[in-house]
Amino acid sequence: MATKTVIQTIRDTLFEEMERDERIIILGEDVGLAGGVFGATKGLQERFGEWRVIDTPLAESAIIGTAIGAALNGLLPIPEIQFADFIHPAFDQIVNEAARIRYRSNGAWNVQMVIRCPWGGGIHGALYHSQSVEAFFTHVPGLKVVAPSTPYDVAGLLRSSIDDPDPVLFLEHKKTYRLIKGEVPEGSRFKVPIGKAKVVRQGSDVSVFAYGLMVHQSLEAANLLSNEGIEAEVIDLRTLSPLDKETILNSVAKTGKALIVHEDNITGGFGAEVAAIIASEGFEYMDGPITRLAGPDVPAIPFASTLEEAFLPNTYKIAEAIRNLAKY
Amino acid sequence: MRITMPQLGESVVEGTIGKWFKKEGETVQEYEPLLEVITDKVSADYPSPITGKIVKILVPEGQTVPVGTEIAEVEIISEKEPEATAASTRSEPDESAQQQDTLTVHLTRDKGKPHRYSPAVRRLAEEYKLDLSKIKGSGLGGRVTKKDVESYINTLESIKTHEPEGAKVAAYKPQEIAPKPLHMLPGDEIIPLTHMRRAIADHMVQSVYTAPHVTAVIEVDMTSIVQYRESIKDAFQKHEGIPITYLPFVVSAVAQSLREHPILNSSWSDEGIVLHKQINIGIAVALEDGLLVPVIKQADEKNIVGLARTIYELSNKARAGKLSPEDVQGGTFTVNNPGTFGTIISTPIIVQPQAAILTMEAIIKRPVVINNAIAIRSMMYMCLSFDHRILDGLQAARFLQSVKKKLETFDPDKSGVGYR
Repeated sequence: MATKTVIQTIRDTLFEEMERDERIIILGEDVGLAGGVFGATKGLQERFGEWRVIDTPLAESAIIGTAIGAALNGLLPIPEIQFADFIHPAFDQIVNEAARIRYRSNGAWNVQMVIRCPWGGGIHGALYHSQSVEAFFTHVPGLKVVAPSTPYDVAGLLRSSIDDPDPVLFLEHKKTYRLIKGEVPEGSRFKVPIGKAKVVRQGSDVSVFAYGLMVHQSLEAANLLSNEGIEAEVIDLRTLSPLDKETILNSVAKTGKALIVHEDNITGGFGAEVAAIIASEGFEYMDGPITRLAGPDVPAIPFASTLEEAFLPNTYKIAEAIRNLAKY
Repeated sequence: MRITMPQLGESVVEGTIGKWFKKEGETVQEYEPLLEVITDKVSADYPSPITGKIVKILVPEGQTVPVGTEIAEVEIISEKEPEATAASTRSEPDESAQQQDTLTVHLTRDKGKPHRYSPAVRRLAEEYKLDLSKIKGSGLGGRVTKKDVESYINTLESIKTHEPEGAKVAAYKPQEIAPKPLHMLPGDEIIPLTHMRRAIADHMVQSVYTAPHVTAVIEVDMTSIVQYRESIKDAFQKHEGIPITYLPFVVSAVAQSLREHPILNSSWSDEGIVLHKQINIGIAVALEDGLLVPVIKQADEKNIVGLARTIYELSNKARAGKLSPEDVQGGTFTVNNPGTFGTIISTPIIVQPQAAILTMEAIIKRPVVINNAIAIRSMMYMCLSFDHRILDGLQAARFLQSVKKKLETFDPDKSGVGYR
């Protein structure tokens, strides 16, 4: 067992996987020589060479397009989109090509690849280094979207994503890179299954569903409220698509009250899908309105620190939302 | 105001205090360097955000703490507002107000609908065949919540499980009395009822309504026990790891007296008075906002040391909220100790379905007459509330005399405590 930060875990897992499977290649901006702008691919090019760790031009559509081509020809690419904010030029390649090829070829072809991408705010990144993009991509059949929040889950889900024969969007909350540390078993190729959420805190009063950094904020909020006699159950969704409906519905059956927390703009955000599922399949269990706490409908995320703080949900806002829902 | 560890870099999560430039008691000007902060990326002098006097330094030089940790307390001298400090993962609670407006509007738009029942509430009502109009709501606007229904179900179940076999349920159900309208004067505030408060209320009403209570009081000379306890308490604490109070002595006397007077260890039923074989003594533990009554099982089979230990463990579990259902079930008699709060007489309420409850009040030195002379003795009143359906004053008095005698003739050599 070792205690590692999220970024150390990503780097070490990539290293181990590339040693294990020579089909794996990494491509993206600054991933090779510089070792990635966060250090996620540090030392990999020295070890595996320029043909396996490739510095691409600043052209996201080409990064993904090339990766798709490589996958169709027997390689296992792990392209990196340097910031989720930059993924939009590659939208066409992801949605119209990667996600569709298996269906379109009636199973004759598949695209086995993992698109890694740092997302999320709270680091004064402003409008082009802070965005959440999961709402666009969870909407796409043929594409899986995972968003782990702890080192253990990052390692486990990265391996499951690599083993998955179809494309996976692997979202890494950039603020968790150095902030969140955790125990990661060494020497074993343990996996966390795609499509399974995790109850990270048990409780009986309110169910809180979150992913990314918001999981940690929700846990802090739950601890605060424990002193007031309110016990919140906190669930880390981990995989957004396919969603773990069973864990979600079991939790609301117990508490009758659901709060969904995410950074992304509230309208059309992923929380709306979770809320719809609870409303239709968990209706008989509900003892209070299904509530979302999310970023406002303003381009994400403003640069001024006061505006960034006003935008993002945080421990106190989450605690207040839980408290109100518990009182209902 | 509190000064917190600043965040010196975008992804920096902690900082080390290099050097404090000011000592406690010194004043610092706004923008004057206050301390040196060292991180793994950069070291810098951190200027004070306000003009003030350093009241207390909370983190010493050389210590590493997470960003946002309070490192010093400063008393503000100037009138100027402090500048907004660098953002950490936390923010002030009032900033949540803006975001919460939509949330609270949504939740409180329909106030005062006590008869709006959510799907969860209706489902439970159907399953347990409940009349929802009888349940008082503790939710927003008087709404009956799922927890209100669950708590109502628990009260009904506990009334059922407390009955001895074959007995009928007491005719009284707490919710059947028509609720009085809320009487409020200007300036009044409402404290919402917690589940514990509600459960205590229902139980007390039911107990007084069912059992005709009479309280008999007796006076006990506790001098020899007081002296004995004084002489052994340090050795006891050292050897056993727990304190020795007066309660184990009383519980022991009570348990032995119950063996001799089994009518006090019984329950009323329409088929007859049930004499319980086991002597399970409940001890009331006071909490900030309620009380719990964990039970010492077979208390007559424990000696003073065993009782002291069981009482200690149960009290701790009660205060920590860790009592299990078995810990609070099966009591046949209850002892309460309001004397620790200083009262000298009380009229306790019986814990249903028991026959009686005994309090031990404050031990106070008083002048008393012994052999026609005045002596100063440590005196304690004991108050026994009993169910007059089951027993009469004669049995109650005999029982009290028995407890009194055991306490007044306490013999350390025969008690099994083993200290001198």
